[in-house]
Amino acid sequence: MAKQRAEPFLWLLFSAGGVVAALLVPALLLLFGVLFPLGWITPPDHDHLRAVAAFPLTRLVLFGLCVLALFHWAHRFRYTLYEGLQLKHLHRVIAVLCYGGAIAGSAAAAYLLTAGL
Amino acid sequence: MADTYPDVTADTGTDLDTGTITMRVTRYRPEDGELEPTTQDYQIPLRKDWAVLDGLNHIKDHIDATLSYRWSCRMGICGSCGMLVNGEPKLTCEAFLTDYAPGPVRVEPLANFPVIRDLVVEIGSFMRKLPQVKPWIIDEAPPPAGEHRQTPAQVAEYQQYSMCINCMLCYSACPIVGLDEHFLGPAAIALAQRYNLDSRDQGVLDRLEVLSTDEGIWGCTFVGECTTACPKHVDPAGAIQRYKLSAATESLKAFVLPKSRRARATNGPAPAKEGDTP
Amino acid sequence: MTVKDAPGGYTDFHPRWYRRPMPVFWWVRRRSYLAFVARELSSVFVAWFVAFLLLLIRAVGQGEAAYQRYLDWAANPFIIAVNVVALGFVVFHAITWFNLAPQAMVVRMRGQRVPPSMIAGGNYLAWLVASAIVIWIVLA
Repeated sequence: MAKQRAEPFLWLLFSAGGVVAALLVPALLLLFGVLFPLGWITPPDHDHLRAVAAFPLTRLVLFGLCVLALFHWAHRFRYTLYEGLQLKHLHRVIAVLCYGGAIAGSAAAAYLLTAGL
Repeated sequence: MADTYPDVTADTGTDLDTGTITMRVTRYRPEDGELEPTTQDYQIPLRKDWAVLDGLNHIKDHIDATLSYRWSCRMGICGSCGMLVNGEPKLTCEAFLTDYAPGPVRVEPLANFPVIRDLVVEIGSFMRKLPQVKPWIIDEAPPPAGEHRQTPAQVAEYQQYSMCINCMLCYSACPIVGLDEHFLGPAAIALAQRYNLDSRDQGVLDRLEVLSTDEGIWGCTFVGECTTACPKHVDPAGAIQRYKLSAATESLKAFVLPKSRRARATNGPAPAKEGDTP
Repeated sequence: MTVKDAPGGYTDFHPRWYRRPMPVFWWVRRRSYLAFVARELSSVFVAWFVAFLLLLIRAVGQGEAAYQRYLDWAANPFIIAVNVVALGFVVFHAITWFNLAPQAMVVRMRGQRVPPSMIAGGNYLAWLVASAIVIWIVLA
């Protein structure tokens, strides 16, 4: 039984991600994923959205949301594969794919929120 | 005995009778060459004051003496009569037959343990896990003269976690226990928390070595079924999540704070270690 | 049969235990287990949302035409269907998360332990406020 060095930090990221995902994602997904596409509410025009997204605090919040939500996914999905499909023997591959995906997504978010806006 | 005492398990025909019910009991008799469990149906009287355990006792006394199962106190405190009743882990002395009418009531051995015979499971894995979490008060200071007093608030901190009767219903309910035989499991971790939260105990860091592992708290993914199954409202799932939070903050502090200040940042005073200045 | 050749064999002093195997799809047999796996799978839709959001940010950054193309793409019935399912899972995540939070944390105010219902209530209030702020910022 080896004491876990990384797990506490990964769990903290998972938890923080769970909180921000629970607080912010439903409203954003409701607007951009359902209500705007269905035409029930007129989507905001481009200039407004760009101004909002480019505001430094929004950039920071969006970046935090993306990073934490991705690490939330990585952690939870890793354990879902371990338990739900009994793939614990593949734990190395699964961990690399999950956290690697989260890191790649975070890098993409960093790029899009700085150079891309 | 039957001459001296009234036979409480006999069908006495009082107004408590409400007909009969079928009990579908798992049998496993390796001594007869059985390789897998089978089920056997028993028709028993359905009485309002009978629990599933009373039904089993009726079967044992009047129908089939070869049935094996564990029981002792009949009042939900010994923790030995845990079985699956209609698939749910229950203390059979607390599961009333009328709640399962019209039946049949399925009675199976606890899940996630090997079966020795019929409804009797092998509990060695659990017995070996319990002492690993050092479930005793760790305090290197000499005990105080007289009582080691606690305020009601200090007792309230851990009392809930001290109610465990080791019935193992939580181990039967927990899928992680079934998936990973090395997982310490709900009761053992809740018991560790019972001592961690005790104001007389200084063993938080000692236990962290055992518990902040894959087989310890990090193996749990908060299914929450242990808490649902617990007949004593211990809430092992809550204990484990609280433990994760404190273990994670502990790791964060160890990472951020300089070494000399780590000990003081723990929950309560840290145990005296070699090299510590008094 | 002797004990020696018998991890599987039965002797009086070495009974043959029966070990029930855990089926791969153990979680479909019980409602509570199924709800647990659904809760864990909500994370996939959280990740999908991040991808959806990053595409939106990229489109907004590229200009008006790209933004319009993004809106048209999001109005594709298949994408809408995915997002409706995702919304269901994400709301399920939020509800289970807020309901379980009081079990994981002990909050004290003036030395008194805050009752679990108050912690959950506080979470829901925070959810309401955060959602209102998001909607106001996007639409204002």
